[in-house]
Amino acid sequence: MMNFINLILSGLATGAIYALVAIGFTLLWQTSQTINFAQGEFVMVPAFFVLAALNLGMPLPIALLVGLALSMLVLGVLFKNLLVDPMLRHGVLPLAICTMALSIFLKETVKEVYSAEASPFPSFLPEGNLIVFGATISIQSVSIFVFAICAVLALQAFLARTSTGRQMQATAQNPYVAKLLGVPVKRMIMYTFLINAALVALASFLISPVYLAKFSAGETLGLAAFIAAIVGGFNQIRGAIVGGLLLGIVDNLAAAYISTQYRGAVPLFLLIAVILFRPQGLMGRAEERTV
Amino acid sequence: MTRTLMEVQGIRKKFGGITAVDGVSFEVREGEILGIIGPNGCGKSTLFNCILGQLPPTEGKVMLDGDDVTGLRPSAMNRRGVSRTFQLLQVFPQLSVRENLVLAGQEHKGTMFTRLFGPRDAGLTPDANQMIEFFRLGHLAEEKAGGLSYGQQKLLDAAMAFMAGPRMVLLDEPAGGVNLTMLGHLEERLRAMNTERGATFVVIEHNMDFVMRLCTRVVVLAEGKKIAEGTPAEVRANQAVIDAYLGH
Amino acid sequence: MSRSVLLKTFGVLIVGALIFLPLTLNRYGIYIMSLWAIMTIAAMGLNLTLGYAGQVSLAQGAFVGLGAYTVAIMMSAGFGFWLPLLIAIVITFAVGWLLGYPALRVQHHYLAFVTLAFSTLVFLVFRNEEWLTKGIYGIMGFKRPSAFGVSFQKPIEFYYFTLGALALASAFMAWLVRSPWGRAFVALRENPVRALSLGVDTRRYTLMAFAIGSAMGGFSGALYAPLVEFVDPTPFTLALSLNLLMMVIVGGSGFFFGPFLGAAIGVLLPEWLRFAHGWYLTIYALFVMILLIKTPTGILGIIENMIAARKTRAASAARAAASAGLDKV
Repeated sequence: MMNFINLILSGLATGAIYALVAIGFTLLWQTSQTINFAQGEFVMVPAFFVLAALNLGMPLPIALLVGLALSMLVLGVLFKNLLVDPMLRHGVLPLAICTMALSIFLKETVKEVYSAEASPFPSFLPEGNLIVFGATISIQSVSIFVFAICAVLALQAFLARTSTGRQMQATAQNPYVAKLLGVPVKRMIMYTFLINAALVALASFLISPVYLAKFSAGETLGLAAFIAAIVGGFNQIRGAIVGGLLLGIVDNLAAAYISTQYRGAVPLFLLIAVILFRPQGLMGRAEERTV
Repeated sequence: MTRTLMEVQGIRKKFGGITAVDGVSFEVREGEILGIIGPNGCGKSTLFNCILGQLPPTEGKVMLDGDDVTGLRPSAMNRRGVSRTFQLLQVFPQLSVRENLVLAGQEHKGTMFTRLFGPRDAGLTPDANQMIEFFRLGHLAEEKAGGLSYGQQKLLDAAMAFMAGPRMVLLDEPAGGVNLTMLGHLEERLRAMNTERGATFVVIEHNMDFVMRLCTRVVVLAEGKKIAEGTPAEVRANQAVIDAYLGH
Repeated sequence: MSRSVLLKTFGVLIVGALIFLPLTLNRYGIYIMSLWAIMTIAAMGLNLTLGYAGQVSLAQGAFVGLGAYTVAIMMSAGFGFWLPLLIAIVITFAVGWLLGYPALRVQHHYLAFVTLAFSTLVFLVFRNEEWLTKGIYGIMGFKRPSAFGVSFQKPIEFYYFTLGALALASAFMAWLVRSPWGRAFVALRENPVRALSLGVDTRRYTLMAFAIGSAMGGFSGALYAPLVEFVDPTPFTLALSLNLLMMVIVGGSGFFFGPFLGAAIGVLLPEWLRFAHGWYLTIYALFVMILLIKTPTGILGIIENMIAARKTRAASAARAAASAGLDKV
């Protein structure tokens, strides 16, 4: 029983990270019809920015900031201007396919430039253990959860309480109407890309100490992002949060109670089941007829 | 007394807080050309989409020949003999004119599987040729539809609506953007379809002159509601109609 | 020289090269050409799903794997080649149909995710179910086929076998694309709303395209097994599905010969870029992105645009010349 609680709690921690990645993924889809198949690689890359900065001798806090800034530049501004904008005029699916090529590009570039081996990543979170409900849990897990949830709450507050945030919400719900209402839609969309870059960077810094920085880390993380977003409900940020947390817990439980060989299958079944029986996700509204 | 082909009863369509169509009822009699007019934004296109199954109506019924066809999907409506043209041109640009016409009729011939193993044109070349001749598109038969002029595409669009031998054709702004000569040609061909083949039409239009010349009966909408119904002459003299149009 | 004569000559040259070139190549070169033929078949199937019916499938690699394993397992159990081949096609068609039936009820992009999940699941099954697939140890010991007394054992003989299979698959595709179904597929891709209003049952056609496309993947896998004479899970990862997708895109999705070109690039590029060692995938991915940004219709799309541009220029010039003549009156 204690083990079970342990699993739930650490599942919430990983789930919170999945939520961060899924939120960015959902935001990009909502505001600019971008399905970013490279989202997993987006979570993999910032860790390597930081490692490069560390190699240049910067102290950890500075390196983290540099990593964040570079992420926002490369995965935010450059991604939008060089790839998304030119591709959007061709359509949603061509853009999605382009991001598939991007994921290969990022993965292979990191592998060649840095290394094919996994590299340790420093943690900025405290060590040690806590006793919660009689179960032992690492402070790191708790910190990850707290950090991620704070980021999510900050984002929610920003979106609901600031005028820019509300403008972004309007853009996400209906870009055409938003434009008519005078919202600077292009700028709002750029903000979403920047926010996504920041979220994936944070996720990267939180998860790399645990799972190490490796060029192939994007595969599982990307899949987790898609599953979390869709299970939660592709149209809502709340959905991404619920989906992420649920996925984290399910994943952890699967690892413990199902053979290691098939633990990866459980989230996949979850995804298939949701798409087949409740495509709008757990939190989503049913779409208008797709015709 | 001619037969009623289609009856629209109390159609209401709401989009969130906005009511685009507010309880519209009318009937379409066999063999007539019914016009639906009204100022911009009065709900004509939304009404059309509700009848044709593109949008499910919030309330109301559509009866076709006594059967309730409310909310049936467009492909099902098409198979019941109701076809339509589109306001924003929707021909298939990569296919030739003849191919467009064959496509428009092929889904009514046999089943999906018999079609696969049957002839490549599903036996529709004679019908397509007939249509090409009727609409005087002969010199363009092999051209890719994307290369036609706007007016020519409109003619093709109308021709496609007839390929399946429909009982009723709904024309969505057929006069839009067409030059006067082509418009006269289109009007004349549509009238010929009506007299020669007894085809029933419903036409949504802005162009009052076009409607008044072509249609046998007219329904006027304003702000989602029906405000008048009658022959072109009656409607033209109706004060409510004049107000609605002048008020914009 | 008129365009159609030019095209026909080009076609004859290509076919000639396909028949005679391998005679000059070594064992590895012949293997590459056989691989190209097999990948083209899989890419053709994906082209049907993506290029004609407009659906993104990330499972084509899994279907290739299903075909390969079906043949390997059955041949190891003592069957010849032909029955396993047939079963492989039937199974992959059925699985494609079953997968697509519910998945295509929802929005387009969801199929990409469902096929992504399916791909990963299938790989797990290949790797874990040792009693059936021998897991990571793989299946070997099955022979290459023979027919009507002709054996296809030797590399060059097997190459001609795959070439024949490719010809068969191409003939099938050509017939399908020119039938009323082909017309419906084009309508589906160009304007699904209008297609629906004309009575085209878009859902059924899309499902058939997906199922047939998957079956072609299975067919290609059934040929892959005797080519490499060893079947294990490693080739059948998501990477293969992505690779096939890139082949279709680069060649030109929706074009009949797109897969041929795309597969050639996909199979040959690792060879040409050998000097770049690990960078070849990076270069390839970059190339794909740039190509897509320029045009989503691939290399054949670019060629088609160039030809169309030339035609328009010629037409404008002709019109200008004609009106210049009128001024003189």
